[in-house]
Amino acid sequence: MTLKLGVPSKGRLMEKTFQWFARRGVTLSRAGSEREYAGQVEGIDGLALVLLSAGEIPRELAAGRIHLGVTGTDLVHEKLPRWEQQVEEIAPLGFGQADLIVAVPACWSDVDTLDDLDAAAAAFRARHGHRLRIATKYHRLVRDYMTAHGVADYTLVDSQGATEGTVANETAEAIADITSTGETLRANHLKVLSDGPVLRSQATLWRSRVAPCEGSDRGVLRALLDRIG
Amino acid sequence: MPARADILARAADLRGGFEALGAQPVETPVLQPADTLLDLYGEDIRGRAYVTSDALRGEQMLRPDFTVPVVQMHMAHGAEPARYTYAGEVFRRQEQDPDRANEYVQVGYEVFDRTDPAAADAEVFALIADALSGLGLRAATGDIGILLAAVQGLQTAEPRKAALMRHIWRPRRFRALLERYSGRAPVPPARAALLARETPEAPDVPQIGKRGADEVAARIAALRADAAAPPISEGDMAALETLLSVRETMPFALERLRDVAVDLPQITPALDRLEARIEALGERGVDVDGLDFEASYGRTSMEYYDGFVFGFYAESRPDLPPIATGGRYDALTRQLGAGAEIPAVGGVLRPDLMLELEARGG
Repeated sequence: MTLKLGVPSKGRLMEKTFQWFARRGVTLSRAGSEREYAGQVEGIDGLALVLLSAGEIPRELAAGRIHLGVTGTDLVHEKLPRWEQQVEEIAPLGFGQADLIVAVPACWSDVDTLDDLDAAAAAFRARHGHRLRIATKYHRLVRDYMTAHGVADYTLVDSQGATEGTVANETAEAIADITSTGETLRANHLKVLSDGPVLRSQATLWRSRVAPCEGSDRGVLRALLDRIG
Repeated sequence: MPARADILARAADLRGGFEALGAQPVETPVLQPADTLLDLYGEDIRGRAYVTSDALRGEQMLRPDFTVPVVQMHMAHGAEPARYTYAGEVFRRQEQDPDRANEYVQVGYEVFDRTDPAAADAEVFALIADALSGLGLRAATGDIGILLAAVQGLQTAEPRKAALMRHIWRPRRFRALLERYSGRAPVPPARAALLARETPEAPDVPQIGKRGADEVAARIAALRADAAAPPISEGDMAALETLLSVRETMPFALERLRDVAVDLPQITPALDRLEARIEALGERGVDVDGLDFEASYGRTSMEYYDGFVFGFYAESRPDLPPIATGGRYDALTRQLGAGAEIPAVGGVLRPDLMLELEARGG
């Protein structure tokens, strides 16, 4: 058996993860061509690199098919109910910072907090005959957040991309999405509610609590944790 | 976990018992149109019910309870008065707790009868208590109608009352609204700044989305009116707080609430109903002197109840959900009845949990 480490398969998240491990003496790289999703590891024996979509890493950790994985806090919290029981946070990696926020049109000068959003939603529903729509792909996190804050008369509509555009297109009245700088929000004439984010997220190294880790794997895991600790 | 055959046999027994007392057995479809449930419960129901869809009928939900379809059936072609019983599976999506069942059998008893609401309340409670006798459960009761009456009669602006009524079932927001309307919580700085501006609209920002500038202006006007309204008095606030904290056995609870009614006379009719219910329960042989009453009971997760509410709990098994719950839901019949309404009260039992408790010696 080998200890499996899941890392996002492309983009800045992959490069920064490689750099983070390299600074700790573990060299991760793609095997073969740019298009091949196989990885190789130097600097530690018995560790295998698995390149995966960042969105699939929480599920693979929870299923125990990988022992370690790098992905955002947002994805772990959204996709894994009772995530604390399925994965353990080993280290925040200090990049990929993004907040899950709720944003409304900047022209809504009367709305600054969830309290305002709730009141606006009640009036909106009475006027338009349907509930105020919030576009998001983070259904569970946003619904739990709205429930905890007692917001009513809203509905979530699914948006897997270009979420900031849904308001101008009138397929939603507000959005809940991940943002790092807020540039895209401003460009789309949206503003963030002042209550604070639903969640602060960053790229994080997780350990699966369910992946079997026996014999030589335990030694590899201990060696790796020593190296990065 | 008791065997499925045993659970179904117990469910049939319980339903048979209610039939023997004159209830008409009913069946409802497992798939319910999602629209009705979403209108009633809002987005929260998506976290609690399984949603599916097809191209012809659109979104459907696996029935999360029987109450809504039974009410619809009764309003469509039921004769009055009516007593119904049913037994069958309900489905609850579990997103937080893997130990909670996502599919279980409920047995219910529902009464649609406008002649004597207190007697109907007592009838449902007593029948469910009888079915559970021997399990050593603790019963909790409450009455959402008392809080509704207290809010409706507050000396404050109508929009404030409407906002409080809308959030009766969300205690946290209800409390936040009260704190603001009474002046205990300061006006949020952004709102104070907005109202201080001469032109609170945002003219330099492009207008986007379906919520128009007139709607923004209307809300700002409403915020202005609210800022000018006098706060809810400290006397009313203190009385409301006393009301919400009442937690006694039934007769003592009534006595304390009668004291509250000196300051909040609007609750007197609701207290008269509570008194009539206590009497009716006594006539049914329920030990009202030992029965708990909590004025805040039933404000969460029982959104359609608007009067008497109750639940039965296994105190030795705090990990279990209530073994039975029920209450009065007159407002639900108004919402589903399109103009028609009928006083209604009912309760449901969990035969699976009853068997589990019996297997462990109660």
